[in-house]
Amino acid sequence: MASAVEVSGAPEPDRPVPRRLHTARGLGDRVFRYQLTATGVTVLAIMAAVGLFLLLRAGQALRARGFRFLTTAAWQPDVHNFGIAAVLTGTLLIAAVAVTISVPLAVGTALFISDVAPRGLRRTLVTMVDLMAAVPSVVYGLWGLFFLQQHVIGLSRWLSTWFGWIPLLAVDGTKPGEPLASDSVYTASTFVAGIVVALMVAPIQCSVMREVFAQAPAGEREGAYALGATRWGMIRAVVLPYGKGGIIGGTMLGLGRALGETIAVYLIISPVFVIQPHLLQTGSNSVSSLIALHYGDASTFGMSALMAAGLALFLLTLAVNFTASSIVARSRSGAQSEA
Amino acid sequence: MTVVDHAPAQPAEATAPAPGLPDVPRRLGGLTRSGVLSLSGAAASGLCVAVLLFGEIAPFSGSLGFTVTAYAAFLAVYAVLTALEEDGQAVRDRVMTVVLWTAAGLLFSALALVVGFTAWRGREALPHGNFFTQDMQAAGPLDPLSHGGIAHAMLGTLIMIAIALTITVPLGLACAVYLNQIPGRFSRFVRTIVEAMTALPSIVAGLMVYAVWILGLGMQKSGLAAGFAISVMMLPIVIRASDVVLRLVPGTLTEAAEALGAPRWRTVWHVVLPTARSGLATAVILGTARGIGETSPVLLTAGFTAALNADPTNGPMVSLPLAVFNFVKSPEPTMIARGFGSAAVLMAIVLILFAIARVIGGRGPGHQTRRQARRTARASRRDIERYAGITHPGGAGQHPCAAPPRGATSPNAPAPDNGDSDR
Repeated sequence: MASAVEVSGAPEPDRPVPRRLHTARGLGDRVFRYQLTATGVTVLAIMAAVGLFLLLRAGQALRARGFRFLTTAAWQPDVHNFGIAAVLTGTLLIAAVAVTISVPLAVGTALFISDVAPRGLRRTLVTMVDLMAAVPSVVYGLWGLFFLQQHVIGLSRWLSTWFGWIPLLAVDGTKPGEPLASDSVYTASTFVAGIVVALMVAPIQCSVMREVFAQAPAGEREGAYALGATRWGMIRAVVLPYGKGGIIGGTMLGLGRALGETIAVYLIISPVFVIQPHLLQTGSNSVSSLIALHYGDASTFGMSALMAAGLALFLLTLAVNFTASSIVARSRSGAQSEA
Repeated sequence: MTVVDHAPAQPAEATAPAPGLPDVPRRLGGLTRSGVLSLSGAAASGLCVAVLLFGEIAPFSGSLGFTVTAYAAFLAVYAVLTALEEDGQAVRDRVMTVVLWTAAGLLFSALALVVGFTAWRGREALPHGNFFTQDMQAAGPLDPLSHGGIAHAMLGTLIMIAIALTITVPLGLACAVYLNQIPGRFSRFVRTIVEAMTALPSIVAGLMVYAVWILGLGMQKSGLAAGFAISVMMLPIVIRASDVVLRLVPGTLTEAAEALGAPRWRTVWHVVLPTARSGLATAVILGTARGIGETSPVLLTAGFTAALNADPTNGPMVSLPLAVFNFVKSPEPTMIARGFGSAAVLMAIVLILFAIARVIGGRGPGHQTRRQARRTARASRRDIERYAGITHPGGAGQHPCAAPPRGATSPNAPAPDNGDSDR
């Protein structure tokens, strides 16, 4: 860099003070810095605009409903009776099912790739996980709608028969053990949507976790082996404690994606506007599929209500993502130092 | 795979390695004969237990239950077999190794199932040539697959992603350079926001453009609006991926450039960006793959049409994922077949983009293709001759820096005679 260095302040004799460095930047550099800062500000402005405009548009609906917006389950904006209690519960339940299924798969696959898989295979597996994360969500939705839906009924029926005493797994309108019960009560449920979303988010979680696992210090791994650890012993003593931040952060990043998933969920569920705590029973809802369902026929006020729902979803995912990225960043601190 | 396992097997090597031989690392994984035998024995007995339970003893049914029972029995038998000759630590290790293989196997077979199912169901629509050349304007839901196609959706996807790339590539790359080159509290803040926005729900991006562009400015739904919505969604993804790649540029390279007196912008333009070029291309392509597959931003902002529309500023436009979404909402089998066909085309595009990204991004920062290396070598030779001309007028080619060129440095960055050093 073009620089002119000058010494400022005479250092005291007993205490050495580091000399301050001044940089005189050339014209080209100053223009360069201004331009870069301007792009930074632009990007920040775009990102801020997302929240700002949603808030602006949602104002009308939020003022009309106030706190009841969070506690009402129905969605009838034109008679001013609407709220996100049902859709928010549905969103959270779908995300919870998804994360419950995806996290064991993702942790297992990440450990497999970082420590167990044959060396020659690892790069291919990493590519496949990344590819899986890039498969369009509508493809997962198609698979869930046309393939999984019919094949999961048996599992749903079995779960509800044997574990129906757990409130979440109960299904109304069926008697346990009745062989002629209709299958349709088990379709289009939170559970099916959750499985599909789990497959979508597992690769994302897996790639975050694998990155952190791969950074576990080689010296400590070798040390564990030198002390006579088996491979699983080494994983438990070195890789998992080191990668704890990665596991939590990856889980939450996946959770953020699961909360916001639209099309796959929209294709699978049949929307209901009551709080539906029964995972296996037909009927569910989510904020994003509510928006996709109603944006077309909404009045001005209805649009404002949808914006308010979108704002709630936005704030929810933002909170989850902030937590996730701060946890991941903390777990990696020091790993970025340059050699 | 354990110390207990292998140490007795090779006592001579473990205690006194032959002096002339190179050290060979101990094999941690791999299969021993007894391992293979226990695995196959456990598999056989697991299968038999499940057959026995399902066929003879208990009134169980269903293929999923069969698989789960067989797997549980397999694990139990495998643990017992291993316990016959190993201690508890090693048994846990063996069992967990099998469990990890299973987890990975499950995830990857699910991918194969999702991709394979779509491709298989797409086989009805894909062989028809008209599927790629016609739009759906003249074809009704009851028409056979030999009428109509998805040309309009393919063109729409192309236009929308072109718009999105025009916005995100300059803005995203510049922002990533900003995050790396001008550190400070503000850039840390921008980075935090961008990282939190990478998982922005795509429907919120669509909703935002709908609020600003269509409700706020009173424009109609169009390809341009959809392009904007995809940009809002892609921007954080591209920035974050490029930021990671730029961080990998070796500090020694930039410091070398600065030590030679290059101003910051020349360092960035001639050293940092060329070094990270393949990684940046990968970042952009992966962002494109994500942007191409998103349905919900397009759903809110592009409208829907069955006709070919090449004008992004005027009238509704449709993209491939949106076309899939609309096709499969119809109950007609031919429409559903068209939906699967479009999904297969979409997946093929994503796959191709991914393969390109893999080929370009396979090399780490600073590794060149053969042609790039030749170009760099030519440029260095030119530089050497030029220096020789400056320092020893008359005697060329005798300069000490006639060493082979380093792979990553760009030839003309650290030229000391660019006049900036004494400003």
